Amino acid sequence: MERSRLIQAMEDILGPEGVIHEREQLRTYECDGLMNYRVIPDLVVLPVNAEQVQKIVRLCYDEGIPYVARGSGTGLSGGALPVESGVLIVMSRMKRILEVDLENERVVVEPGVINLWVSQEVADEGYYYAPDPASQLVSSIGGNLAENSGGVHCLKYGFTTNHVTGAEVVLPDGSVAHLGGGKAPDEPGYDLLGAFVGSEGTLGIATSITLRVLRKPEAVRTLLAAFKDTEEAGDAVSGIIGGGIVPAAIEMMDRLCLEAVEVAVSPGFPDAGAVLIVELDGPEAEVENQFERTMKICEDSNASEIRVAEDDAERALFWKGRKAAFAAMGRVSNDYYVQDSVVPRTELGAVLKRISDLGEEYGMRVANVFHAGDGNLHPLVLYDGEVEGEAEKAEKLAGDIVFACLEHGGSLTGEHGIGEDKKKYMPKMFTEEDLDTMQLLRCAFDPHYLCNPGKMFPTPRLCGERPGPFRMHPVQKAGLAELF
Amino acid sequence: METRNVSPEKLREIVGADHVRESTAADAVDGVEPAFVVEPGSVEEASEVMKVAGEEGLAVVPRGGGSKMGLGNPPRELDLIVSTARMNQILEYVPQDQVVRVQAGIKLEDLQETLSESNQMVALDPPETGATVGGVVATNASGPRRYARGTVRDLIIGIRVVLADGTVAKAGGKVVKNVAGYDLAKLFTGSLGTLGLIVEANFRLHPLQEASRTVAVEVESPQAAFEAVRAVKKSQVEPTAVELRYSEDRKLVVVLVESIPGGIDAKEEMVSFLLKPSGRVRTLSDEEAGRERSSLSHAGEDATVVRISAPPAELVGVMESVLGAAERRGLGHPEITGHAATGVTYVTLSGGETGTLDDFAGEVREIWVRRGGTVVLERAPVELKRRAGVWGPPADSIGLTRRVKEKFDPRGILSPGRFIGGI
Repeated sequence: MERSRLIQAMEDILGPEGVIHEREQLRTYECDGLMNYRVIPDLVVLPVNAEQVQKIVRLCYDEGIPYVARGSGTGLSGGALPVESGVLIVMSRMKRILEVDLENERVVVEPGVINLWVSQEVADEGYYYAPDPASQLVSSIGGNLAENSGGVHCLKYGFTTNHVTGAEVVLPDGSVAHLGGGKAPDEPGYDLLGAFVGSEGTLGIATSITLRVLRKPEAVRTLLAAFKDTEEAGDAVSGIIGGGIVPAAIEMMDRLCLEAVEVAVSPGFPDAGAVLIVELDGPEAEVENQFERTMKICEDSNASEIRVAEDDAERALFWKGRKAAFAAMGRVSNDYYVQDSVVPRTELGAVLKRISDLGEEYGMRVANVFHAGDGNLHPLVLYDGEVEGEAEKAEKLAGDIVFACLEHGGSLTGEHGIGEDKKKYMPKMFTEEDLDTMQLLRCAFDPHYLCNPGKMFPTPRLCGERPGPFRMHPVQKAGLAELF
Repeated sequence: METRNVSPEKLREIVGADHVRESTAADAVDGVEPAFVVEPGSVEEASEVMKVAGEEGLAVVPRGGGSKMGLGNPPRELDLIVSTARMNQILEYVPQDQVVRVQAGIKLEDLQETLSESNQMVALDPPETGATVGGVVATNASGPRRYARGTVRDLIIGIRVVLADGTVAKAGGKVVKNVAGYDLAKLFTGSLGTLGLIVEANFRLHPLQEASRTVAVEVESPQAAFEAVRAVKKSQVEPTAVELRYSEDRKLVVVLVESIPGGIDAKEEMVSFLLKPSGRVRTLSDEEAGRERSSLSHAGEDATVVRISAPPAELVGVMESVLGAAERRGLGHPEITGHAATGVTYVTLSGGETGTLDDFAGEVREIWVRRGGTVVLERAPVELKRRAGVWGPPADSIGLTRRVKEKFDPRGILSPGRFIGGI
C-alpha cells in the first residue's frame, strides 16, 4: 500500500488529529526509554477507543504492514522501538478509568492510564495498586502489562502479572478476545492472559485491563542502614530473608551510586560503602516485631549506622534517593548503560565481586543499585559516548555481566524486558527448542508476524502460513527472518 | 471409537520392560481404558516415549498421583497413560534462595515435608492427598491459602515440558523475578495435559509462619456468612485464608491467621472482633482446624462437585441460587464450601438422578456465566459429564485457545477431548 493511501485510510479511521505523518513530528517517537536504538516509524496513529485499535490492526493485517504498540515510552529495553516501514500505535489517548469496583477489589482501566493514577483513584477508600515501577509517575498500565513491570515492592507483592486479572485485547488478526475473565477467578481454559502479560507487545494490543487492588497495610516501617561494603550489606539481606521475614522491599546501593545520588538529589545518605533500604508493612503488631528483628540483624552485620524513617516525609526522602539513582548517573558520567539481570540471592556476593573485577578489567566504572531481596541487579556501566569506541566497550562489559549472571543460574532480565536490547542474549539462556516452543505461541497469536516483529527473539522465524496471494513478508524481504 | 494396535515393544526398549504394563480397570479414565501404562524414569525417556506416541498417533493422557483424573470430559480416545510416578526427585533446593526445582512426579506432601525442615513451603494446599506437583500444575489445584498467596500461576517460576512430538522445552528459570521469554509456565498451568507432559517445575517458596490460629463464626444465613467474610476482607488484618463451610447442620465462616508468636494474639483478637456481629465466635483447636482446612467435603465417590467461580461480592447470590435450585429439584440441602473471599465455591451433591443434576447444573451455570463467572463440574459421574459438559460455554478466546492447541499438538494426541470446547 502506498504511503499516501495508508495515511488516508488511517485518517478515515481516526480523523486527521489521530494520525502523525510529518517527518519532524515522527522523530518524537523514534525511541523509547532506551535511547541507543532509534527508528523513525512510517506513521504514528493515536486511537481513542478499542474500535479504532481494531480497525487499525485489521488494516495492517490486510495490508501486511508491521506495527508496534507504545504506551508512555518509558521502557528500558527498546520494546516500543518502532519498526521501519511500520506503524506506531500510541495508546496514550486511551486514558479513562472505566470502572471502580472495590467490593470485588478491581479497577478496570484503558491502557494509557498512568500507573500512579490507579492508586490515587482508590486511595481515599484505603486501597492501592501494588506494582510500583520507578517510572510509575509516567508509565502506562498498558506498557506495564506488556513488560510485566516489577518495582521495589514486588518482593512481597509480586509483579504486574499477579495483579492483572483480565484484559480485552485486539489480536493480530483484528479480532477481539477477552482473556482471563477479570470478574471471577479460575476461568477454565489456557491461561492466555498469563502468556499475554509480559509478552512485550508481540501477541496483540490490550484495550482494557482489569487490575486487582489491595487494602493498604495497617503499618509501614522503613529503615536505612549503612555498611562498609556490599558484602556486609548482602549478609544483612541474607539474615533478614533467612530469618523468615518477607519485607515489602529491600534495596541496595553501592558507594558510586550513593555519590551520584548525593550530588543529584541530596538525600543526606550516610557516607558508606553500601546502603540498604528495608521496608516492612502489614498488621501493626507483626511489623513492629519484625522491624526490631530487622534492626538487630543489620547491627549484627556491622551496620555503621541505622536510620529509621520517623514519618512519611522521611520515608519519602529515603525513596527519593533510591528512585533517583538512574537519573543521578548523569551527574557523574555522560552516559550509562543499564542491565537488569537476576541471580539467585545466594549468588549475589559472588556476582558482585565478578562485576567489580570485570569493571577493573575493562577500566570502566560500574555503579550498582538493585533490588537485593529478589536478586535483581541493575549494574550501571558508566562511559562517555563522545569518546570513540566507549559505547561499544560499555555494551560489551554489560554483556559480560549478563553472562556472569547466567553462569550463576540467573536470568537476562528481571523487569525491563528483552525487547531490542537483549534479544541477542536469548540463546545463552534458552535452547533452540525452548525458543521454537515459545514461537509456537507466537504463531498461534500472530501468524503473519506483524505485531512488534523483531523483538524478544534473536532470529524471528515465520509461521509458514501465507494466506491470499503470495507476497514476500516485509521482514523476510529485509533478510531479517526465514520461513520454516 | 477407533482402536489401535499398540505395540509395547518400542516402549519397553525405552523405559525397560518393568515400566510398561498392560492397563487394568483402575487405569481407566472416565471409563475409557488405555492399552498400556508407561512410566518413564527421566526426561530423556519421557521424550522418547512421546516421540513414539507422536509418530504412531497414540492418544496419551498424562498422570501424576491420579488423585484428580476425574476432572475433565471423558477422553475421546486413549492408548497410553504416561505416568510421572518415577520422576519424583527434588533437583535443586537452596533454602536461602527460597526457590525449588523438582521433577513433576514428586508428591506435593513429600515436597512440603522436605521444605518444612527448612521452615519453608510451596504455598499451595489443595485438598487432594497423593497429588503430584505436575498434577497440581496441570489441574491448577488450589486450597484455602490461595487467598493470601494466590494459585499455581502466582508461585510457579519455571517449567520443563515434553511436547507431543518429543521436543523438550523449558521456560522461566529459577529466580523469582524473571521476564525473559514467554511465560509458558502459566500457559501450562491448568492445561490438563492437553499441551504437553509437564516433567519439571520450579516454584518460589514462602517461610512457614511460626504461629497460627483458626477462628470460626457460626452463621445463620448466606447474608450473615457474607457479612463475616466482608468484614475480614475489608480490614487490615491480612488473613491467610477465609473459608466457608455451609451445610444443613454446620454453617461456618472459618478464618486462618498466621504470624510470628509476638503478633498472633493481636491478629486473633482482631478477627474475633470482626466476626462477632455475624454470630457466635470461637477459636478452633488444632485438630478441628486441621479438619476444616480441607476444602472438599468427605462425600462418597459418587458425589457430584460443582465449582462456581463468581465475583467475590456475589457470595449471597451464589449461595441462594444453589440452595434454591437444589430445593426445587428435591436435591436437599447441598454442602457449600469454598474459598469464600476469593469467589470460588464448591457445591457437593450426594446422589440425584442424572437428569435432575443436569438441570441443576444448567440453571446455576446459566445464572453465573451471565454474571461473569464460570461453573465447572469438578467431579461428576461420567453420564452427567457427557450430558452437561464439564466446562460450560467457552469464552470468546476459544478460537485462540484452539490455535494454541493446534500449534502445540497438531495431531491432537494429548488428552483428546478432555478440555474446554472439546480440546
